Amino acid sequence: MYRNVFGEKVSRWRYKQMLDAAKNRRELIAAGLTSRRDLLKMGLLTASGVLVAKGGLSARAQTAQTASSKGSPGSFNVCLPGNQAASPPTRAFIEPLPIMPLARTVPVSSLSPAPTIAPNTAAGEVRAASHQAPLLNPGMFPFPPPRVYQVQQHAIQVVQSPDLPVQTIWGFDDGFHATSPGPTYRANYGIPQLVRNINALPPANQNGGFGLASVTTHLHNGHTPSESDGNPCDFYPIGNFCDQYYPNVLAGFNSDHAPTGDINESLSTLWYHDHRVDFTSQNTYKGLLGFYCLFNDFDTGDETTGFRLPSFPQFDIPLAFADKVYDPNSGLLAFDLFNLDGILGDKFLVNGKIQPFLEVQPRRYRFRLLDTGPSRFYEFFLTDLDNSSLANPFFVIANDGNLLPAPVKVNSVRIGVAERVDVIIDFKNFAGKTVYLENRLRQINGMGPVPPTGLVPGQVECSDAFGNLLSDIVPPGQGNLLLQFRVSGTPVSDGSANPATDQITYYQLPDTTAPPRITRTFKFDRLNGQWSINGQFMDCDHFRFRVQQNSVENWILFNATGDWTHPIHIHLEEHQILSRNRAAPPLAVERSRKDVTQLHQNERVLLFFRFRDWLGKYPIHCHNVIHEDHAMMGLWNVQPQGDSVLVP
Amino acid sequence: MTNRSRREFLGALGVAPVVAGGLSMIPASATGAPDVSAADRAQEQAREAARLRYFPNLMLRTQDDKKVRFYDDLIKGKVVTINFFYAKCDDVCPIVTSNLVKVQALLGDQVGRQVFMYSFSLKPAEDTPRAMKEYARMHGVKPGWTFLTGKPEDLELLRRKLGFTTPDLRVDKDVTNHIGNIRYGNEPLMLWGATPGMARPEWIAESIEWMVRPDSIRLPHRHPGTGTDDEHKPHEHPAG
Repeated sequence: MYRNVFGEKVSRWRYKQMLDAAKNRRELIAAGLTSRRDLLKMGLLTASGVLVAKGGLSARAQTAQTASSKGSPGSFNVCLPGNQAASPPTRAFIEPLPIMPLARTVPVSSLSPAPTIAPNTAAGEVRAASHQAPLLNPGMFPFPPPRVYQVQQHAIQVVQSPDLPVQTIWGFDDGFHATSPGPTYRANYGIPQLVRNINALPPANQNGGFGLASVTTHLHNGHTPSESDGNPCDFYPIGNFCDQYYPNVLAGFNSDHAPTGDINESLSTLWYHDHRVDFTSQNTYKGLLGFYCLFNDFDTGDETTGFRLPSFPQFDIPLAFADKVYDPNSGLLAFDLFNLDGILGDKFLVNGKIQPFLEVQPRRYRFRLLDTGPSRFYEFFLTDLDNSSLANPFFVIANDGNLLPAPVKVNSVRIGVAERVDVIIDFKNFAGKTVYLENRLRQINGMGPVPPTGLVPGQVECSDAFGNLLSDIVPPGQGNLLLQFRVSGTPVSDGSANPATDQITYYQLPDTTAPPRITRTFKFDRLNGQWSINGQFMDCDHFRFRVQQNSVENWILFNATGDWTHPIHIHLEEHQILSRNRAAPPLAVERSRKDVTQLHQNERVLLFFRFRDWLGKYPIHCHNVIHEDHAMMGLWNVQPQGDSVLVP
Repeated sequence: MTNRSRREFLGALGVAPVVAGGLSMIPASATGAPDVSAADRAQEQAREAARLRYFPNLMLRTQDDKKVRFYDDLIKGKVVTINFFYAKCDDVCPIVTSNLVKVQALLGDQVGRQVFMYSFSLKPAEDTPRAMKEYARMHGVKPGWTFLTGKPEDLELLRRKLGFTTPDLRVDKDVTNHIGNIRYGNEPLMLWGATPGMARPEWIAESIEWMVRPDSIRLPHRHPGTGTDDEHKPHEHPAG
């Protein structure tokens, strides 16, 4: 019996036709290339000459028995590919990496109507409440604030690969640039700002196949008053707007570290993205996201001052990673509308381009790596294809955009959806060479990465059709080559601090010994196919529990879904991981402040929180946006008096 | 509803003019004017791709023993809800079905006119039209909500196409893992979402209303800054 990628029965003749077509496509790709090594570079071929198995437009084929398994029963299918290749072939590393423009301010007088502290509902503003910050302290948080932006979401046309047609996607427009990812905010502590966000998306009958023209923009990791947080339920349609007031203030300013806040709670790499309830995956996949970099007197953006981090924006570059799939016939961006597990793409984009290159100088750079999803985890390596057996260490300096106590030297770093890591890569030793940022993590369906091999007795392990054990990390050069660095041969000066030789410290971790007012438990589960938290589902009118303002809580995240991995995000306040399965987090980079925590297979994670300063409603949710959109989310509320719900 | 909405939307904003920026933008047209006909063509192309990918035009049978085509008769041009069930399911199915009965009541006379509700059998061999009709009668199902059975391989294909699946094949074999979710969608607008069948009926109904009125707003009525507790209004919750 023969089946096509959609699981439909086809004749043997048709099946042979399909195979021939696939072969022809591969030959087409190869035609423009001179050697097998070029194919390797494109990430299309493995060293053994086998085409790399890639995920694509989910077909949910009837059976996909290309991998078998050993280990505990019932949990082996994390090893099975959920998808099959679909996108047309594209060439790699022929277009430069796009660098997002910096968002530009506008005079407040250009805003019509003028911004108001109370929501201007009559003029079409959709905001849940009056701005808390200027009402709390007008001296610290003036209204209007010193910096004002006006952005619109609207349709833009982009070239994501020269081998694909022009794509109509959705982006952000600050009046000077219309891009996706949107313009990067260069924000500063002590300078509050207001962003007027106008929904100017095309009408619903022009969505091109997916996406709901109804928006709410979340500033991810912001210590933001709830009415400006971009709550999933505060969405608004075309023609309406929301003014979001970002205080750019340190946590604790109105509580345990009054009046300026706790410097050890400094944030740096934030991002903004659409958060429309049930439609976040489609709207962010369609382009509604961007970076928000927050600086202070230590993390200055100038390598001659403060922590002497590579200067922004020339040597400090945000990188947004996304995996997508394109219709095999039209070449247009496609989205699997009927997926409940998680969507994997077979094309890898950085800042909106498929496999771009970046020309760099032989010196240190700071890269802010962001996994924009929808569902894939990444493990980043620096790969030199000419010396692929050599490890190329680099330094992780920030986790979820929060500078660590000190740089951590690594050979690789893994992140899930919405997580960020800031890294310092020194290209000095690669002068005149070409190296790659490579994802070597094996993930073949929405469940998460395949489990590691040989670590834990009895742990699930995956093997291929020939019984060969499949590691979670593929060999160098056989993963996804995401970004090509072309390193100039001309020596340059480098004013930034060198983590390899200098004694560098950043912020200390805030104390976590304070006793919690309450310890709550959150069980992430799947009930009859429904994603749930504690057996309940997302509901904009249902607040699960009440956190007491300025109190300490511990939260237990418990993974009841077995072999699934979930990146769990909590708004408003960062957390620290106290334990994983009752042991200290094993990785040095996890001894950090976090806003997304990977909840691994069968795991129990204990988190420490201080909920400070602001009041109102916030969510907790899985940031595999497919799970999030299918109700693995719950709302809670910060109020002067907390409740005592242990399992909300 | 679709015609009404489309007229409204056509009268609303077009594609905004493209601004050439640093990210290789190219102009939509030389004049910057919205090219509505091109957008319409692209929309029809995407709609056709979605039909081919997800909506096989299978012959099915209703609880009234009427023959219908999945795409032509059930999906095309409509706002719909889709769930899977089987009549002898005595655990979660009755919760989901009774929830949907409340949803049907909340949507009122929209059901059968603007919104069409469909329940597809997971056990088509035993869910005969007569058994489904009895199941519908027992739950107090009103017109506008159709129960469907057919050839087992056809229903299985439909289940997979519509994503009522899980990648773990052992888990996937247990049909109770596919009874929880409700798809909702607007076929011509290619808007598709899903909501748990065990969610609050009011929330499920609101989600379906987005498909009828994609320009809906949740009116702000909460004031967290006041320090009062008026945001914390827990509702009775079926799963809580």
